[in-house]
Amino acid sequence: MITIKDLHASINGKEILKGLNLEVKAGEIHAIMGPNGAGKSTLASVLAGKEDYEVTQGSVDFDGKDLLEMDTEVRAREGLFLAFQYPIEIPGVSNINFLKAAISEIRQHKGMEPISAKDFMALVREKSKIVELDAKLASRSVNEGFSGGEKKRNEIFQMAMLEPKLSILDETDSGLDIDALRIVANGVNTLKSDKNATIVITHYQRLLDYIVPDFVHVLYNGKIVKSGTKELALELEEKGYDWIKQELAEEV
Amino acid sequence: MNMDTMTLSPVKRFVETLDASLEKSLATKSRQAELLDRMESIDFPTTRTEAWKYTRVAKISKNQFYVNKAKLTSAESFFIKNLNALTIVFVNGFFAPEHSDSISENGLTITPFSLAKQSEIDALNKIEPGFDDVFSILNEAYAQDGFYIHIEKNKILSQPIQIVHVLTGENTIAQLRNLIVIDESAQAEIIQSYYTDNSINGFSNIQNQVIIGKNANLTIEKIQYENGENFHICRDKVKQDADSVFTTNTVTLDGKLVRNDLNIDVIGQNATTHLNGAYLTKDNQHVDNHTLVDHQVPNCESFELYKGVMDENSTAVFNGKVLVRKDAQKINAYQSNGNVLLSENASVNSKPELEIYADDVKCSHGSTTGQLDDEAIFYLQARGLSKSSAKQLLVSAFIGDVLNKITNKSVRNHIDAILLERFGWEF
Repeated sequence: MITIKDLHASINGKEILKGLNLEVKAGEIHAIMGPNGAGKSTLASVLAGKEDYEVTQGSVDFDGKDLLEMDTEVRAREGLFLAFQYPIEIPGVSNINFLKAAISEIRQHKGMEPISAKDFMALVREKSKIVELDAKLASRSVNEGFSGGEKKRNEIFQMAMLEPKLSILDETDSGLDIDALRIVANGVNTLKSDKNATIVITHYQRLLDYIVPDFVHVLYNGKIVKSGTKELALELEEKGYDWIKQELAEEV
Repeated sequence: MNMDTMTLSPVKRFVETLDASLEKSLATKSRQAELLDRMESIDFPTTRTEAWKYTRVAKISKNQFYVNKAKLTSAESFFIKNLNALTIVFVNGFFAPEHSDSISENGLTITPFSLAKQSEIDALNKIEPGFDDVFSILNEAYAQDGFYIHIEKNKILSQPIQIVHVLTGENTIAQLRNLIVIDESAQAEIIQSYYTDNSINGFSNIQNQVIIGKNANLTIEKIQYENGENFHICRDKVKQDADSVFTTNTVTLDGKLVRNDLNIDVIGQNATTHLNGAYLTKDNQHVDNHTLVDHQVPNCESFELYKGVMDENSTAVFNGKVLVRKDAQKINAYQSNGNVLLSENASVNSKPELEIYADDVKCSHGSTTGQLDDEAIFYLQARGLSKSSAKQLLVSAFIGDVLNKITNKSVRNHIDAILLERFGWEF
C-alpha cells in the first residue's frame, strides 16, 4: 500500500525526518509511537502534503504511484486520509456541504458518476451512526463549537464517508475521555478491511488496547529505531522512552 | 484655448457640459441658480477631506459627462427572474415607459418625477438632501429625473417594487433624485438595481430621500452591477419614525468607483434598523461605503453588518459611524465590518466609529481584516477539494453571512447568478 524509503524532511531549514523507512500493506494496522518532538506529526503532515515541509531526500510509493509528486487534494482523491490532531473550526462551511463537494471531486477524479443527493444523505445517516455522531452535528459548520471528542469523532465520520485506502490517525486519542476513545476506536475497527490500511500515531499505549496493531514502530529523532508487535507498546509503556534512548546510545 | 476656459474651476468646467446637454432639471431655475452660487465656493473633495480620505474622485472630476437620452431595445435581461414585481425602468437616468409596468393600485403611487404633479416635485425640492458636497449639489441642481414612491397608511404591498437603472453609451451621466415615502403601518420592499449596457465612462449620481412613517416596515435592496468602466455615487438620507423597521441590503458587485453614503436619522422611539452590505471586488475596482446611524431618541436598536472580499488590485473603504445623542438612552447598537483580502495587491481601509453622548446604552463595534485561513484551506484539500474549491467555499461562507440576510429568494438567486458569472463562485 505505502512504501516510505529514506525519507528526509525539514521545516524552515531544520531537519525533522532523518531517513525514515516504513512499509504498510493492505489489511494492516501500524502504530507509530515516540516521544514528543520525534517527528510523528511531521510524518503525518508530510504524507498529507503540507506545503510548510520540504522533502529533501527519499521516496514514498503509494499503490504504485509517487505520492510526493501529488498535490494534497490528489493524495486525498487517491485514497489517503489524515485524521488531524487538531481539527480546525471552519465557520460557515457546513460539514455536509463540504463533504458532498469532496466526494464529488473524488468521484470525478476516479471517473465515477456523481453521487445523487438521496444516496449521499443515506450515506451520511449510515456513517454518522458508526461514530455515534448526532445528525445535527453532521450538518453544522465544520467543527464549530464542537467539543474535543466531537471533533475527533467528526474526523472518523469523514474518514467513513470518504472510504480511504490508507488512513493516518494523528494522535486522535490525545485528550479524549474513555467513552469518546471507545467510540473512535470502534469506528476505526468497523471501517477496517483487508483492502485498506491504517497508521495510528500515538503517544499513549492506551489507544492500542482498543485498536490492536499488527506492528508497532518507535519513532525517535526522525527515524524508526525499533519495530515489533503489540508487545513492544506494552514494553514502552512499562519502561518509558528512556529505555530506547539508552539502547541507541549503547549501539553507538 | 481662450482665457475663460483656462481659468474655469473644475466644478464650473464640469457643469458647463451639463448645462449644454440637459434640457430641464427637476430643480426650479431659481433653485438651480442658488445651488450654482454655492458651487462657486467649493471644489471637488480631495483626500484631505476627511469623508473622502481614501477615495480619489479625480477620474470623475477630470472627466466630461453628457446627458444622453438613449433608448434600449429591451431591458428584460436586467429584470430579476421570478420576482413578480412592479417594475420601473430608467435608461441613462430617464424614465423608460416602454420597459416599465403601468401601475394603478390603491394606496400606492409610483411615478417618475418627469411625469409627476408639480406639487410632488415641489415636495421633493423642499427636502434638504442631507449632504453638502459637490456631488450632492450637482445632483440637486441637475437632477434629470427620479422616481416618487408613496405607500399610503396601512397599505401592505403584495409585490416588491423593482427599479432598474441602465447606463448606456459613452460618458453618460445619469443624475436621479428619488423620494420614497411610506406612511404609518404600511409595508413594502423596494429593489434598486444598477446595470450597464455597453457603457463606457458613465456616471450615475443618485440621491434617495426616504421617509418612513410610524410602525411602517420598509426593505430596500440595492444591487450595484454597473461594469468596471463606470462610476457610481449613491446617497441615501433616511428618516425613520417610531416603531418602524427599516432594513437595507447593499450589494456591490462591480463598478470602477462606487461610493455609497447611507445616513439614517432615527427620530422615533422603538424603531429597528438593519444595515447590511456586501462588496466583492477585483480588477482595479474601488468601493467605498460610508454609513451613519444617528440615534436621536431613546429605546431603539440598530444592527449593522458589512463584509467585503477584495481580489487583484481592488480597494475598499468602510466607514461606519453610530451616533447616540445625549437623550437617546437604552439604545442597542451593533456594528461589524469584516474583510478578506484574496491578493497581496488588494487593500481595505476600515473605520468603525462610535460617538456616544448617552450613558445608558449598549453599543459594540468591530472590524476584522485578513486573508483566507491557510490551515482551513489545507484541511479542505486534505479531504479532496482542489485549492480553488476550498477557497471558494471559504469565501462563500464568509460573505454568505451577509447575503443570508436577504430573505427574498428571487433577489438572492439573482445575486448568486451574478457572483457565479463574475467571480465563478457558487453558493
